[in-house]
Amino acid sequence: MNVESYSAIMNQRAEIMRSSVGLDYGKYTTGTVAFDYEGLLADAGYDVETAREVQRRTAVGDTPLVELHNITALVRTVAKPGNGARIFVKDEAANPSGSFKDRRASLSVHEAKRRGYPGVAAATSGNYGAAVASQAAKAGLHCIVVQEAFDSSGIAQPEIAEKTRACEAYGAEVIRLSVGPELFYVFLSVLKETGYFNASLYSPYSVLGIETLGYELALQVREQTQRLPDAVIATHAGGGNVTGTARGLRKAGAANTTMIAASVDLSGLHMASDHDFNRKSFTTGHTGFSMPFTTWPDRADVPRNAARPLRYIDRFVTVTQGEVFYITEVLAALEGMERGPAGNTSLAAAFAIAQDLDQEQIVVVQETEYTGAGKHPLAQLNLARRMGIEVVRGDPTDNEPGKRIVIPVEPSQIRVVDVDLANVRRSYLRHVFESLPADAQLTDVDFAFLAEETRTDRTFVREVVNELGTTNR
Amino acid sequence: MAEPIAAGTWVEIHNVVLSPDARAPQIPADTRQVPLEMRVKGFLVSPASVGGQADVVTAAGRHLRGTLSQVNPAYTHGFGAPIPELSTIGAEVRARLRDKGHAT
Repeated sequence: MNVESYSAIMNQRAEIMRSSVGLDYGKYTTGTVAFDYEGLLADAGYDVETAREVQRRTAVGDTPLVELHNITALVRTVAKPGNGARIFVKDEAANPSGSFKDRRASLSVHEAKRRGYPGVAAATSGNYGAAVASQAAKAGLHCIVVQEAFDSSGIAQPEIAEKTRACEAYGAEVIRLSVGPELFYVFLSVLKETGYFNASLYSPYSVLGIETLGYELALQVREQTQRLPDAVIATHAGGGNVTGTARGLRKAGAANTTMIAASVDLSGLHMASDHDFNRKSFTTGHTGFSMPFTTWPDRADVPRNAARPLRYIDRFVTVTQGEVFYITEVLAALEGMERGPAGNTSLAAAFAIAQDLDQEQIVVVQETEYTGAGKHPLAQLNLARRMGIEVVRGDPTDNEPGKRIVIPVEPSQIRVVDVDLANVRRSYLRHVFESLPADAQLTDVDFAFLAEETRTDRTFVREVVNELGTTNR
Repeated sequence: MAEPIAAGTWVEIHNVVLSPDARAPQIPADTRQVPLEMRVKGFLVSPASVGGQADVVTAAGRHLRGTLSQVNPAYTHGFGAPIPELSTIGAEVRARLRDKGHAT
């Protein structure tokens, strides 16, 4: 590999990103901060039907929608009489590489092939790497996956070790790195050296690939129940899952479905900390990704992130590590479905939220993921104990990330904590404001854009910007 | 130095990508104390010894050079021992459904 310095590569960042994604993001700029989001997505050229057609060629999508009768019954043992919505799950583990990430990878790899790139590369430590590797194998393209895989003692996070194995099984080269955000530097170096397509999680292709998930699930719910879902819950990390699913739901006519984002609460742990790396017990679907990406989507590896969760989420909740491990056991024991823990974050949330809804209402957990060696509560909790974390049964409110994982004693103890969206919106606007040069002027176009971004109105945006202006400048 | 490993063997190489003093400014103090390390697998191009420099060809066909760290590296991740705090959950929720009159 060419060894250019950190600063040399980072200075070429814009140019490398442009040539590796093959999109001219600049042409969508409409204001100082505003850009034509819908135009960027539309120009990618994949409406829902086209995306489904591409995905069907590699057996991606058309996954079963499964009603969780026994978990619904368990909800009703703890809910008020008459409450306890029907819970369904979209069994995305049925995709070729075992998760909904195949949907995201399929359009990217299809696009890379169509444009004649020699290979694809992705910066990911999760299911997405396996998905890109699987799609690349099918398309006959080379694939490189860059992972943050082990800490400075050489201890690998077991779930990521399993992803290494899966990517290698699909024929990908896997670059395993120790902890740190300079992964991005290595990734840019690889893109520059190879000329591969950047199969970014945040490109329009990646997000449009998920629209089919929301679209399919709306049609399946209607077919099975003669109504549309009342709530859809998505495990929330980088924002693509929420964004794509919500867009797909709208395209299927489910505009009134409540879109709920759910993350595992990892507050107190630092995402770039070598010490904390193996103390998270979750590699994705947690607040360490969802908070920064919701409040500042453009921190991504492309100039404009196509995943913009604040535009779509009606509600944002967190659950604890112990609650997710508990519900993972329940899913296996009561429904005969052993699935990976991270995707069950939204199932834990569904268990709590269904208790507040009527029995005829419908809640959909929009994904499962495969489970296996490393990617399993046993592997995570054994590692947690090795790292000195206490694992106990008890009240989940005593759960403390990095110190104590509390597995609930009773199903009634599973609850969600609502994230205050007004604060998240303010935080988003603060990031926008802080990213601007001191002499930048915001125009009406920008205020309208920021209102869309935050699902508020211009008055709210002006108010917040004025507040920030007087305190910060 | 150990016996040379034959060309064509599947191995792992290790490199330090950034020494502690070259790391990005924004990272936490504990991470800044350690180097950014890289491990990649490939087929040995020519015989090399563990601990010595080695050239490999990766699965993507790239030629890389680094310290030969492992020969035919094993996948060692697994499940580990059952976790007692999880072991009884299935029976607990099945009993709960039975008690409340749901057959499962």
